[in-house]
Amino acid sequence: MAKKQSAALDRKKFLADPVMVTTIVVLIAFLALFILYPLAILLVDSFITEEGVGLSIFRRVMGMPNFRKAITNTLKVGFFVGIASTLIGLLFAYVEEYVKLRTRFLSGIFKVVSMLPVVSPPFVLSLSMIMLFGKAGILTRYILHIYDNNVYGFWGIAVVQTMTFFPVCYMMLKGLLKNIDPSLEEAARDMGASRWKVFMTVTLPLILPGLGNAFLVTFIESIADFANPMIIGGSYDTLATTIYLQITGAYDKEGASAMAVVLLCITLVMFVVQKFYLEAKSTATLSGKASRQRMLVKERSVTLPLSILCSVMAVFVIMMYICVPFGALFKTWGYDFHLTTKWFTQVFTKYKGFKAFKDSFILSLIASPITALISMVISYLVVKRKFKGKGFIEAVSMLAMAVPGTVLGIGYIRGFSAGVFRTGFLQGLYGTGAILVIVFVVRSLPTGTRSGISALRQIDKSIEESAYDMGADSLTVFMTVTLPLIRDSFLSGLVTAFVRSITAISAIILLVTPQYLLITVQINEFAEKGSYGIACAFATILIAITYGAVLIMNLIISRFGAGRMIKEEN
Amino acid sequence: MGKEKKGIRLEHISKIYQDPKTKKDFYAVKDVSLDIEPGSFVTLLGPSGCGKTTVLRMIAGFESPDEGEIYLAGEPINALTPNKRDTAMVFQSYALLPHYNIFDNVAYGLRLRKLDKDTIRTKVTDILKLVGLEGMEARMTNQLSGGQQQRVALARALVLEPGVLLFDEPLSNLDAKLRVTMRTEIRRIQQEAGITAVYVTHDQSEAMAIADKIIIMQGGVVSQAGTPREIYYTPNDEFVADFIGEANFLKGKLLNLDGNEGEIDINGTAIRISGISKRETGSECTLVLRPESADLSDEGGLPCEVILSCFMGSYQYYHVKIGDQTVKITVFNPKNKKIYDVGERACVIFDSENVHVL
Repeated sequence: MAKKQSAALDRKKFLADPVMVTTIVVLIAFLALFILYPLAILLVDSFITEEGVGLSIFRRVMGMPNFRKAITNTLKVGFFVGIASTLIGLLFAYVEEYVKLRTRFLSGIFKVVSMLPVVSPPFVLSLSMIMLFGKAGILTRYILHIYDNNVYGFWGIAVVQTMTFFPVCYMMLKGLLKNIDPSLEEAARDMGASRWKVFMTVTLPLILPGLGNAFLVTFIESIADFANPMIIGGSYDTLATTIYLQITGAYDKEGASAMAVVLLCITLVMFVVQKFYLEAKSTATLSGKASRQRMLVKERSVTLPLSILCSVMAVFVIMMYICVPFGALFKTWGYDFHLTTKWFTQVFTKYKGFKAFKDSFILSLIASPITALISMVISYLVVKRKFKGKGFIEAVSMLAMAVPGTVLGIGYIRGFSAGVFRTGFLQGLYGTGAILVIVFVVRSLPTGTRSGISALRQIDKSIEESAYDMGADSLTVFMTVTLPLIRDSFLSGLVTAFVRSITAISAIILLVTPQYLLITVQINEFAEKGSYGIACAFATILIAITYGAVLIMNLIISRFGAGRMIKEEN
Repeated sequence: MGKEKKGIRLEHISKIYQDPKTKKDFYAVKDVSLDIEPGSFVTLLGPSGCGKTTVLRMIAGFESPDEGEIYLAGEPINALTPNKRDTAMVFQSYALLPHYNIFDNVAYGLRLRKLDKDTIRTKVTDILKLVGLEGMEARMTNQLSGGQQQRVALARALVLEPGVLLFDEPLSNLDAKLRVTMRTEIRRIQQEAGITAVYVTHDQSEAMAIADKIIIMQGGVVSQAGTPREIYYTPNDEFVADFIGEANFLKGKLLNLDGNEGEIDINGTAIRISGISKRETGSECTLVLRPESADLSDEGGLPCEVILSCFMGSYQYYHVKIGDQTVKITVFNPKNKKIYDVGERACVIFDSENVHVL
């Protein structure tokens, strides 16, 4: 039995569609050049020396005590943050889904809490942590009268990262808990189990793979995080910061490459476990839809402590975020609490704030439609089409999810500063705005692709087939059918890409040239210098911009989005 | 209407798929040859997984055959993409474009063909009238009932005046009553438009009601092709007989054969039957007896015992035992007929022209 004929015919049909062929070729080239190649060059850099192929560079970096320390530091933080975020996320999700709340207040602040990390730049919490608990921290110095509290180090990073990442776990676990059929738990109750017993023997086992999944996702986020350890880590270096310092401080490119390979390997292993083992498992156990509404826990002995606990934590997190705009309004944080606008004024007069916002804004604005479009095209190809090279596109765009920004940054430095494979080809790209835009695109691509894929999976394949059947070519099908049907996903991809780009720092900080001033890089610089007023002023404006973008998106979606069509149906 | 009726010819078409679990290749469709005449209405009928939809999708161009060639109006079309084939398909899920209203859905294909606005308007209006949706152009698809969506899907395919209209189980999402109305509608419209139609279904009564010719498939191969009458009265094998309508299979032994007439022994009783194909005397043979072709009587025919007797209104339904073989019998208009009770002895009688020997 040979499938030769159909393969040949499919190829013929495929080649009869030049737009499609071109798109795929360009896409593969893009992914290969800007995701695969920079990673490959890191391997080349770290294995090949003048003496030939070998492990000598690895041996050298592993010999550095600060690098070995960075590995254990990173793993320690990663484990702590992964576990803590998962547990807090589970608590919030459980309270939201299982506990009858007496006020709408709590679900309101839950929403705010899950929203905040999305719109704020990654290191905002580090700033407020220092301002609240540091040596000049309001809470430590003025309320608790501790004058030498050290927030820098393991606990600083761990707390800040936990507060930044637990909302992600909360959202993931909420979705899982929602899908548990309440009759399973009712059956256990009916057979005589207590609530605690039901939770331990039914609910928990059902979401166990999901918990593992949440843990690994935050673990990866934590060890890839650059900005927080940079600001609040103090002398407690993690892999991301060590790599950064190795290339910017010691200017040891080969060493940095080898370190980046080590970091990449850790995230990749975690990612593979998460993607192929846990993700499949957690959806497989809970594929069913809840048959009806869940009877919520009403006993005050349960609801009261849980809601108080969650409220306190949520209010604390919100307070941390609010701290930042306030930080920009006081003369000298911790010493002089007279209100002032001097920081905001200085941002624009002294520190070229206008240029920083313009550069960040324009580059992100260019990157976001490109990201949204590419991720929709990738999703379309992955979900709806069959062709050779599809596996490559799918794998590489997923791979981008697991690559820490710092690793990508080093890869770009090594890969493009002297041109592709040091031939001078595309060397002109290095140091331009274009490469920053490309980094923005690559960094946001996985999120967009993921949302596009799940949106497309819900669209009946025959809708596109029918358009095809009526005479449309693939480009027409994509433009007139696919894109309109996933326009919500496209629009939110647009804004997510914008927000991610304008708040990005880890890869960008390695690639930015003095020609471009980026807000996040500025904030990082001032925060490191201890100029918290300026840093807060920058951060406040940045939050305002991103929040504005999200608001506008929600407005557009509710006005023009596909949600409207569904509403009309009801 | 209809530019040109086109015929389809499938020559030794096979399609190989891979079993996702065992990773083994298997034939989803094997060596199917069909000749569908221009203007005729042909249904592909069979249980799920028999390959009928795959055949349809190969005609539409969504799948490529692994062996053989498909001809549309004499031209080989294997290498053509679906958008280049002169076929239009009505999908099981209707597949209406949810972001367009009825008018835009129907006009979609015409716009791709770059017709001018007035022509499009006239054509869409005319076709909506034909399917009974005039005046509803501005409705969104999600404001329509299942039957209306079905009509839009049909209109959208018809308006392109394709050489061949393809239907992929178009009625399976409708309720039973609407299915009957819609199939009559589809048949009427097909006749009016004079268009060649290939129709996939697993519902045998639908196939009987709608088709000029039925092609029964099983396990990727064609079991029998013929008019509904041929298939019903002279099925090729037990599968076909059982799939189309209800059937009893009476096992017997051929006693003698003269030309095509002979005697068959069933449970000790010899009966004369005509239309027996050539075979050796003494060989085992199976008689296909439709429940409505048989009757119960006090004498003559095959002696039996009644084991089930149900009054169904328009008919009396019996199960009787002839030796160790159970036979279903429906006796219509039972009001003035003798009703046999469970346990009674009776005789199964039938006209010898009404049985078919396999």
